[in-house]
Amino acid sequence: MSLPFQPEILWSDALLFVLLAAVSAFVLHVRRHEHLCVPWLRVAQSRIGMAAAVILAVYAAIGVLDSLHFRPALPAEAGQPLRYGNEVRSVLDVVAEPLRTRVEKTYSEPFALHLYAKENLTLADGRQVRDYPRLKHGGAHLADERERAGDIARRAIVGGLWGAGLAFGLWLLLGLSQVRRGRGVATATARMLHAQEWAAWRTALIALSLLLVLGGVLVQLAGHYHILGTDKVGQDVFYLSLKSIRTGLLIGTLTTLIMLPFALFLGVAAGYYGGRVDDLIQYVYTTLNSIPGVLLIAAAVLVAQVYIETHAELFDTAAARSDLRLVFLCAILGVTSWTGLARLLRGETLKLRELEYIQAARAFGVTHLRILSRHILPNVGHLVLITVVIDFSGLVLAEAVLSYVGVGVDPAMASWGNMINGARLELAREPMVWWQLAAAFLFMFVLVLSANLFADSVREAFDPRAEQR
Amino acid sequence: MLAYIVRRILYAIPILIGVNLLTFALFFVVNTPDDMARIHLGAKHVTPEAIERWKTEHGYDKPLFFNTAAQGVAKVGDTLFVDKSLKLFAFSFGQADDGRDIAREIGSRMWPSLAIALPTFLVGLLAYIGFALVMVFFRASYLDFAGVVLCVVLMSISGLFYIIGGQFLLGKLWHLVPVSGFEPGWAGLKFLLLPVLVGVVSGLGDSSRFYRTLFLEEIHKDYVRTARAKGLSERVVLFRHVLGNAMIPILTGAVVVIPRLFLGSLIVESFFGIPGLGSYTIDAIQAQDFAIVRAMVFLGSVLYILGLLLTDLSYTVVDPRVRLE
Amino acid sequence: MTSGLLLRDLRVEIAAGDRRLMPVDGVSLEIGPHECVALLGESGCGKSLTALALMRLLPDGLAITGGEARLDGTDLFALPERAMQTVRGGRLAMVFQEPMLSLNPVLTVARQIAEALAVHRGMRGGAAKAEIERLLLAVGLPAELAASYPFQLSGGQRQRALIATMLAGEPRFLIADEPTTALDVTVQAQILRLLKQLQAERGMGLLLITHDLDVARDMADRVAIMYAGEVVEWAARDVLYGRPFHPYTQKLFSVLPSTQRRGERLDHIPGSVPPLGTAFSGCRFQERCPQVWARCQQEAPGLYELQAGHRVRCHLAVEDRPGVAQAKPSIVAGATADRAPLLQVRGLALHFPIRRGLFRRSVGAVKAVDGVSLELRAGETLALVGESGCGKSTLARGILRLIEPTAGSVRLGDEEVGRLSGEALRKKRAEMQIVFQDPFASLNPRMRVGEVLEEGLQALRPEVGKAERKERVARLLEQVGLDASAALRYPHAFSGGQRQRIAIARALAVAPKLLICDEPTSALDVSVQAQILNLLKDLQREHGLAYLFISHNLAVVAYLAHRVAVMYRGRIVEEGEAASVMARPLHPYTRLLLASAPGQGLPRDAVFSERFAQVGCPFAPRCGEAKPICAERNPALGEWQDRRVACHLYG
Repeated sequence: MSLPFQPEILWSDALLFVLLAAVSAFVLHVRRHEHLCVPWLRVAQSRIGMAAAVILAVYAAIGVLDSLHFRPALPAEAGQPLRYGNEVRSVLDVVAEPLRTRVEKTYSEPFALHLYAKENLTLADGRQVRDYPRLKHGGAHLADERERAGDIARRAIVGGLWGAGLAFGLWLLLGLSQVRRGRGVATATARMLHAQEWAAWRTALIALSLLLVLGGVLVQLAGHYHILGTDKVGQDVFYLSLKSIRTGLLIGTLTTLIMLPFALFLGVAAGYYGGRVDDLIQYVYTTLNSIPGVLLIAAAVLVAQVYIETHAELFDTAAARSDLRLVFLCAILGVTSWTGLARLLRGETLKLRELEYIQAARAFGVTHLRILSRHILPNVGHLVLITVVIDFSGLVLAEAVLSYVGVGVDPAMASWGNMINGARLELAREPMVWWQLAAAFLFMFVLVLSANLFADSVREAFDPRAEQR
Repeated sequence: MLAYIVRRILYAIPILIGVNLLTFALFFVVNTPDDMARIHLGAKHVTPEAIERWKTEHGYDKPLFFNTAAQGVAKVGDTLFVDKSLKLFAFSFGQADDGRDIAREIGSRMWPSLAIALPTFLVGLLAYIGFALVMVFFRASYLDFAGVVLCVVLMSISGLFYIIGGQFLLGKLWHLVPVSGFEPGWAGLKFLLLPVLVGVVSGLGDSSRFYRTLFLEEIHKDYVRTARAKGLSERVVLFRHVLGNAMIPILTGAVVVIPRLFLGSLIVESFFGIPGLGSYTIDAIQAQDFAIVRAMVFLGSVLYILGLLLTDLSYTVVDPRVRLE
Repeated sequence: MTSGLLLRDLRVEIAAGDRRLMPVDGVSLEIGPHECVALLGESGCGKSLTALALMRLLPDGLAITGGEARLDGTDLFALPERAMQTVRGGRLAMVFQEPMLSLNPVLTVARQIAEALAVHRGMRGGAAKAEIERLLLAVGLPAELAASYPFQLSGGQRQRALIATMLAGEPRFLIADEPTTALDVTVQAQILRLLKQLQAERGMGLLLITHDLDVARDMADRVAIMYAGEVVEWAARDVLYGRPFHPYTQKLFSVLPSTQRRGERLDHIPGSVPPLGTAFSGCRFQERCPQVWARCQQEAPGLYELQAGHRVRCHLAVEDRPGVAQAKPSIVAGATADRAPLLQVRGLALHFPIRRGLFRRSVGAVKAVDGVSLELRAGETLALVGESGCGKSTLARGILRLIEPTAGSVRLGDEEVGRLSGEALRKKRAEMQIVFQDPFASLNPRMRVGEVLEEGLQALRPEVGKAERKERVARLLEQVGLDASAALRYPHAFSGGQRQRIAIARALAVAPKLLICDEPTSALDVSVQAQILNLLKDLQREHGLAYLFISHNLAVVAYLAHRVAVMYRGRIVEEGEAASVMARPLHPYTRLLLASAPGQGLPRDAVFSERFAQVGCPFAPRCGEAKPICAERNPALGEWQDRRVACHLYG
């Protein structure tokens, strides 16, 4: 049995799946312990937090779709065994196939019908003129260029209605599930629309509905126009922005996944055992901290780059190459960022160690390992969580800066940093090529803002000091 | 006090050795001089002879730790480790790939860096504290809420956009300041305005919000209630009592970065074309000039440790409770 | 009346979502110009909030929603904030509970006083300097302390400095919110004396907020008892202490431990203070009242005037309760102690090195515990008494080997604890357990109560199977008076007293012979303290437990202990039978401790010093009977009559 494609699991995919598994296990664990649910229920009470969570979920969904990789089969030749190409695609590429394949020659503005650069054109009557040529794909369906505004409006409305319909269906479904639970239609409606305890869920639903409407509009338009223009080599900027989501998310999450075990283990060990162990661990993190972060990352990435370039034979696809660089970048970001959390955990453990319930456990002769796992770890969990969500947005922003410096992700990989870097060189052009910057700005800003807002509500829900105020 | 300082300086030595070993491992063991030569020569010109020539030119033609060809002390002295790593302790940084002396370059380039970084630091500190104080003075009102929202929004924008946006608006659109460039002396003031402004604004969200939290933490303490019970006005309570105490973590937290101001900002300097250490570093990274990167790593560590020492000392100045023992 | 401080129908509300919580609900008080009124109640009854409301200094989120406060005729709640600022620290001043936290740490004492002088009396420069010195002398502080920072002062000195700050505005009324709760008993006596003396000299009114019946008895002219946000009884001191009327007031008196109640079970108030936000119908005390009847549930009692100046919020004031009188407290048979000692401590020392200089060499040591010897028999209670910092908790941890001792030996049963290691030590740990002071820090918030109780069994008795463990947990919970279903809940669901019961059950789980109780009731309200003390007595009788009971509360010690050891600066200075030591203390320090205990009138002027000597007897600088030899040689603990005492006066 031969599939028309061969699944390909890149390193970062594998790590992402590990992360997803860990998150799912964590969710299950929380659900089984009511006291662990309490702070999460507080998060669920926060309207801003829930709206931010919806947006983050949409980003995450796109990121996951873009992480299911495969290599499509090459066109079958008779008598030959099926062979697979060298190009790695993702499910997102399949969904957004038209976006990926409809490549123009070079820059074009959003919704443009013409290229941004003049070319020598041969008119129907054979004359040569120098003018802006029509795009191959963007708005190619229009016979008359003056129809553009009307066409855009029409498609936007149709798409919006589609989205609204979906959203309405969602509300209806939720309402029905309420009715099914034995509530009357009137009470179910009233609950969903007015009840105080539904406030945050309502906000989340409204946010989701708005996103559905927006999604409908985008789907309708993106199929026929380059809604965010095209870049230097004519790729659709909207498509690139979507592809960048995975890069941003991975940097933000995998770094944490890699650094967390170190920070947790070393921080807690330093605080709990004290003495020589503490001295050694403190020495290690003071040393790492003393190296300017960007320089350490730069040095490590340069070294990795040299390694990759001198060992090209190890990678059978370009995707695998740039992927390894991404994973390596996450690792080195992890090395530079674990010290903060470790220091925090060390301090907290020092405090906990003196607490009476730990003294009581020691009076029972409970082993160190058990004290660590049952008394210390569960009581520093909230700190870890708060740090992880707060760090996320910082890491997404760091990616852009590092790519700009030239030590970020592979230049061939879609990322917001690379988009900005590419656009920066064109800023001096008249008129300006602004859409790449705008797209990167918009996608990053929405993600980071949502992450910050979500982090705020998580911190408020989990910080014991916030509870007292 | 003196004993404390001496001990801290002694403690710095193992840290610098650690930094040194780490960078040495990164640049010479994981990634051999042969690899470096290959990268610099480019794929087309790689021949064993070319590699050897490149290594000789740049002083990489010695063994790592032990030189069997040399005599006596030179067996361990005439090695890459001593040449490239230990000499850093004497601030002898050697030559860049383009043949220039790195130490001299650093000496001349740190002043432009400082011209940007110092005003950014000072103006920033004042602006952040001021903004945080305003929010705290109007705490739990809509003004406070709007301030916090503004901070979160500002935090969510990449620093790159502040630079690009600033250059576009102030430089290109309104022609208020030059888009980029540098000139030493007072004549160069106009070049400094934009980078400083951008630097201050890009830190506004993060820092002000943090300072606001510090102030709020302080404002809920018992001694503040005592101050109110004495009949002091809210203004005096806020400025004399709350500010006085909250300034301790703020100032000591800020002191740690002061020595590193010499290193400048990579991004700002490169965008604004300022011939400082930041742009020097970024150029070195992009040109893969490992000698410069190594020098900057070492310098950065030294300055960081200096910052830690200054932090401890500053505690004794601003906090009567701290006596260094 | 236009003169005096008058509070009528004060209501304080907390905005908590859509619920309205009322921690203070209709409180009325009056304080004459030269009078001291005590506002007395257990934690959470709203007494501190009442005081803060008078100052208009309520924390964010709380607001005054009703009532009226008049200070010599001025309506305080109607004043604009600016005018209120001249009242605060001027005509009306307030002293707070935590002297450690109530002064600004980065300003000198002089500056903090000068601020108040500048605001209220316009004094600056030389005049202010002179006035600061005068104020410091008035509160018993030497003038040279003016230039000190708060961290350089002891707790008692800080409280004096705070009082000086508040006197700067020459207030007509002073509110003192638990001014001595955080202080040691000897210092408490001095501060209370100071307050009383200042009140008389300056003709101030004093509103004293306290939870301590004895403190109120020493200080107040009139007393108001608060319960759940209401004043339940209001009377002149002698009336209230002579003939308390409200069942709650009566109970407060009857739950107090004392020498006279030795051998008796303490009376107790069932349950605990109702949490904030409880919806009341009828009387707020009905759940815990021994004399409750139908009317209490249906109708909230008003504040009835029993006789002139004696008001009570209880239906008993206007109607006799149908039914019988309550039973007398039962007598507990005294536990009999064995002869053979269970615990033998010999010359135990715990020193912590002080490191200084370039290479952190050890240049000396803090001798937290400096050669302590004591014995304890099965079924016996030995109380370890001393003020904070005397090393009593460190000693406990040293005996358990939670901290490794520097020298000395600890024998439990017939084995030397110090020599054990590994498995043998773990086994030994089952025989000695500890109950801590803070019920909130002593249980892991992330573990169910059942898991907490099983932990010791799992570690020390791994052979016990799972089913048996569960069964034992249920039995333990029952033993300490909790429902078996508690095993499935988390600690946050329990009150302080209940948590302390769980902590006791945890220690009992491994069937120890020795239980060290480190101030087990000092964080609890008196009504709950009685429950815990009764429980400890019952358990001792049933299991023949030996208690090493660490406390600073002499009344509790007098009630519970068979023998007492008094500690001062890491050494035992006196040890003997509890009854005899309490009745006839020998060591000057023991005498000072006993004389300082509140409830017996304010002490005569004691030598005020918190200093201690490095050479000779550490107590000498505070001792009224010190001889030349006391400054030279530290006396050893020697036998004298029926006890051991370390003092040159004896032997």
